[in-house]
Amino acid sequence: MSGATDTVGRAAATPGQPQPYAELGLTSAEYARIGELLGRRPTDAELAIYSVMWSEHCSYKSSKVHLRRFAESAPPSAALLAGIGQNAGVVDIGQGYAVTFKVESHNHPSYVEPFQGAATGVGGIVRDILAMGARPVAVMDSLRFGPADAHDTRRVLPGVVSGISFYGNCLGLPNIGGELAFDPCYRGNPLVNALCVGVMRHQDLKLAAARGTGNKVILFGSRTGPDGIGGASVLASATFGGPGGAGGAGGPGGPGGAGDGAAGTGGVASADSAKRPSVQVGDPFMEKLLIECCLELYAAGLVTGIQDLGAAGVACATTELAAGGGSGMRVDLDTVPLRDPALGPAEILMSESQERMMAVVEPAHVGHFMEVCARWGVLATVIGEVTGTGRLEMTWRGEQVVDIPPASAADEGPVYHRPIQRPASQDAMAADDPAALPRPEGGPELRATLLSLLASPGLADKSWVTEQYDRHVRGNTVLATPQDAGVIRIDEQTGLGIALATDGNGRFSLLDPYAGAELALAEAYRNVAATGAVPLAVTNCLNFGSPEDPGVMWQFSEAVRGLADGCAALGVPVTGGNVSFYNQTDEAPIHPTPVIGVLGVHADVTRRVPIGLRTEGAPIVLLGRTEAEFGGSAWAQVTHGHCGGRPPEVDLAAERALAAVLTAAAADGLLEAAHDLSEGGLAIALAECCLDQRVGCQVALQGDLFTELFSESAARAVVAVRPGSERAFTALAARRGVPVQRLGVAGGDSLVVQGSFDIPVGELEAAHRGTLPALFGALRPGS
Amino acid sequence: MTARVGVITFPGSLDDADAARAVARAGAEPVPLWHGDRDLRGLAAVILPGGFSYGDYLRCGAIARFAPVMGELIPAARAGLPVLGICNGFQILCEAHLLPGALTRNAGLRFIDRVVRVRIEETRTPWTADYAQDQEISVVLKSGEGAYVADPATLVRLTAAGQVVARYAGGNPNGSVGDIAGVRNEAGNVVGLMPHPEHAIDALTGPGADGLGFFTSVLRVMAEEMAGG
Repeated sequence: MSGATDTVGRAAATPGQPQPYAELGLTSAEYARIGELLGRRPTDAELAIYSVMWSEHCSYKSSKVHLRRFAESAPPSAALLAGIGQNAGVVDIGQGYAVTFKVESHNHPSYVEPFQGAATGVGGIVRDILAMGARPVAVMDSLRFGPADAHDTRRVLPGVVSGISFYGNCLGLPNIGGELAFDPCYRGNPLVNALCVGVMRHQDLKLAAARGTGNKVILFGSRTGPDGIGGASVLASATFGGPGGAGGAGGPGGPGGAGDGAAGTGGVASADSAKRPSVQVGDPFMEKLLIECCLELYAAGLVTGIQDLGAAGVACATTELAAGGGSGMRVDLDTVPLRDPALGPAEILMSESQERMMAVVEPAHVGHFMEVCARWGVLATVIGEVTGTGRLEMTWRGEQVVDIPPASAADEGPVYHRPIQRPASQDAMAADDPAALPRPEGGPELRATLLSLLASPGLADKSWVTEQYDRHVRGNTVLATPQDAGVIRIDEQTGLGIALATDGNGRFSLLDPYAGAELALAEAYRNVAATGAVPLAVTNCLNFGSPEDPGVMWQFSEAVRGLADGCAALGVPVTGGNVSFYNQTDEAPIHPTPVIGVLGVHADVTRRVPIGLRTEGAPIVLLGRTEAEFGGSAWAQVTHGHCGGRPPEVDLAAERALAAVLTAAAADGLLEAAHDLSEGGLAIALAECCLDQRVGCQVALQGDLFTELFSESAARAVVAVRPGSERAFTALAARRGVPVQRLGVAGGDSLVVQGSFDIPVGELEAAHRGTLPALFGALRPGS
Repeated sequence: MTARVGVITFPGSLDDADAARAVARAGAEPVPLWHGDRDLRGLAAVILPGGFSYGDYLRCGAIARFAPVMGELIPAARAGLPVLGICNGFQILCEAHLLPGALTRNAGLRFIDRVVRVRIEETRTPWTADYAQDQEISVVLKSGEGAYVADPATLVRLTAAGQVVARYAGGNPNGSVGDIAGVRNEAGNVVGLMPHPEHAIDALTGPGADGLGFFTSVLRVMAEEMAGG
């Protein structure tokens, strides 16, 4: 391109000039569509806007037709104040409070540059929550890596954890939970999903809309630099490995086979260096100032509309604000404060420099707005104003470089009905029944199986990770990892609080994406209820391979259907979410991995129920029904490297009844401890109950001991009943039709399965605590 | 009249609301101070809370030490005002030379958040008077640069003069020399502590109420001084 600015006039005069649309991730059909919309070719700056706004990451072009299900089949909920389409969903939790929460992926940046990729993932989701008008109060992280002992996992995992620790701790947000899982399928494509939750009063809700002709558009926070250019279009919306590597692949590989190859590590080396500049760099101190500054601006009533700058930066914020308000906007790009004066208009628009926000402010409030920003040391600049033209117009060096209808970029992007094909491999996988696998027999073998599962990286103690996170800051953390859900107190006077859990199981979803999504939802729902909270709303992060692969699209559409149906059955609406496609290395997609977050409400957090056994003699009761279900189980994976058969049966009516029993029992003070049963079944749940407070238990099991101990049947929980409350609790469960089985009592210093084996709590602890430090290094001298 | 205890907010302070909550729980009135303030408003005592003041850029506490409010606080502390620095506040007090020694990277080179046992070895300060000599308490330690260091001569002097206020008991979590978790100045009115007593004021949100003693101590000592003087 010549040195002259590509103005709107020049674009009209030079229709045939070649433009690098393919390098920016647009197809020729999409490029042609832009020409039709504008009646001329786009300018370079306009092309930049469309390329990022129409990227998979920003436009949801492959997922939109499926995601409509969430709204169509949403259960009636009076609690939903703002839903899908906003920066984050907003839920009424009573007493005039509203909560907003969302989970978002930063998978690709975290693989290319683990520390900054994960750090800016936290920063981005926190700004989403802030943009709704809420004070962010906690974060969580759902992390998935390749095999724990793989060479590259030692690069990626410590980097990701350090990045989250660096950013979240400096921001002053407690990290209250999440997940850590390992599987070969994530070797070349880790999953880093960050969740943030915020709290506001109902009347503080803010929307991303530019309204009121003459109102000023203010960009505030960090200066704009050359970092992260193309992050949304080039990095987040493309696969690693060869370009277009996903086309026509036959779907996921066979059991345990997907992602097994080492191609990821080798193949990514080139993509790695080429894409590294696409990863942004975070400044959590600036973000902390932005949070306090924004909250003060909100409280003073100085903000008419607000939008965070995340993917696609200024391009996204201006188009979405203008489209959201149905207005026009005029922006002078020369006024954008730059870190690098060499940036041109297209780069300014596409930059993903972190820690920036954009506000729409009445002219009379601009002075006060600037004073608040100055008090917090936050740079703020008027870069334009709202107009009544219905056009987004931008100038640079006095010449017009953008003139588009904002909705054409923000809302009217391409929508694809991608081909869907159930992979032929599904049947072979389903037929590969784990019933054929050799099982442990007798006390010593069952004992050894329990210890080996407890020490496996996915089930081992996660303190190595969670001790690097501040979980105490703000002084409202009531429960955090390793509890079933994170619990945060919202109101110190009334005890009102919230519970949050995220869950996902890629193995279940691989075997059956519909059931896998329902099981992930059910587990998060159960986890929240186990603390005594009433489940209220759902968010999600849907991590999948390439949408251009019909097998992946089948997985995706099945998972969405399962989640939508599950939410309807459980009576909890989806309030928002995030889709991450292109999670694959060359031809091999990750397991379909829907990560589901469930939010619950505690009327009084002092009634919360932890997982740890406490009182000697407290009766231990198993709730729910146990069948021999080992498809995709932790036992099959850890012991045999096997993933086949059917995932556990889903019974959402039973989940609902179980949750009702758990929350009612907590409210009535009947429980000392409660723990949901999931990976590793009753054996792992009991071990974790013992480990929390170092109190043992004695249980007697009926039927096949292996099945009782290690089956992963859903809709189950184990509880320790407060002594004296056993009759009341049993009656409560009977009223809800939840099967109860008295297993034994808490106490002693061993986990005893009568007639089979016993394990001292110290031995459980050694198995549980040793794994991650041995893999990733001790956190303190001498340990 | 309720005693008024100031809590300074620097840009990047994070545990300021928590320190204020602990002050209120102990029965005093927390008063917010801003880093740009040039007036201590007759406060009876001041707390420098935890966090990452000024992003911990340059060095923890190195920039905060030059904040306008410190221009007031430093002479007041030298004149006997009770001052408690927690975590980042401790780092700032060391940078301001109100306390001896310095805080460096944890021996494990990573941030840790963990409940630790701490032994109170010096109760003759306005912040520890409510504890028994050698009482062990459970508090939260959360820091990346919490390893206390001082030159050998200073260490000998600190120990001899009873200036070591608290030591880690049951394992050294971060490589602090001599297991030191907190120190005081020669006069005893200025105390720095790496763990967070404000996060141990009840069993609902912390490991128990063992930390409350720091806040009740200063209240009692101030009340006694007022009654006596």
